[in-house]
Amino acid sequence: MKAAVITFPGSNCDRDLAVAFEGAGAAVTRVWHKDADLPAGTDIVAIPGGFSFGDYLRCGAIAAQSPVAAAIKAFAAKGGHVLGICNGFQVLTETGLLPGVLMRNAGLKFVCKTIDLRVETANSAFTNLWDKGAIARMPVAHHDGNFTIDAEGLARLRDEDRIAFTYAANPNGSTADIAGVLSANRRVLGMMPHPERMAEAAHGGTDGSVLFRSLLAALALA
Amino acid sequence: MTATLKARVHVMLKDGVLDPQGEAVKHALGTLGFQGVEGVRQGKVIELDLAASDRATAEAEVKAMCEKLLANTVIEKYTVEIA
Repeated sequence: MKAAVITFPGSNCDRDLAVAFEGAGAAVTRVWHKDADLPAGTDIVAIPGGFSFGDYLRCGAIAAQSPVAAAIKAFAAKGGHVLGICNGFQVLTETGLLPGVLMRNAGLKFVCKTIDLRVETANSAFTNLWDKGAIARMPVAHHDGNFTIDAEGLARLRDEDRIAFTYAANPNGSTADIAGVLSANRRVLGMMPHPERMAEAAHGGTDGSVLFRSLLAALALA
Repeated sequence: MTATLKARVHVMLKDGVLDPQGEAVKHALGTLGFQGVEGVRQGKVIELDLAASDRATAEAEVKAMCEKLLANTVIEKYTVEIA
């Protein structure tokens, strides 16, 4: 499996994300935001957490207009897999690859803590090694993680089994406790929690590594 | 010399979208003793200097900028003034 990890000015989880992919056995190429092409043979594009472009205008809004974002949209349109974590999730909603929007946390505070997630579907390349309903413990660290979507959009996510993760205890006011969602073709995942920060024993847990191993299991064979 | 126009864009959350920052400001105003503040909504003002002389063209251009970047129309609405 070949992973392309994107770096924007202000990304700060890009190296951790690359290490987590390598730990699962992937070959990783780091890609700068001005690159208009993804490396040949890329199986998955990963957009890291951080504060791309200083969160100016809206979180992820400027990154969503960068040259590499156009390449990612074209890659997704051809059925490519894309993972966006934290700021990466914000970038994916701003590009329109995922529905909804990440608003300021309902409590207005930056939330930084380790929390329990419920795996809502095992039917994706990202979650296939979990059982539906499993609890996964991972850190969250964000100021704008309040996933917001209208009633019609929420009904569609539910009907199509596209809610990937929910919070066991909602830290940010997100609609229906949503922590992560899938695209209609199930190949794009955005999530606020950080699996790459819970991917080896020294992190205090390895629940996050399940996501990277799921991807390897699904894509190495594809 | 190119003629210039100034554009002012107001970006606000759509009606019905909860504005936690506005709610916090409202609460703070009450704490300061200002009575009767029944609602606060917080938005953004963006000013642009445009190398353009035709108002209608400039307005159409700024609206395109709002749709593509300046506003997230999932939750935000915008107005454009050309001066």
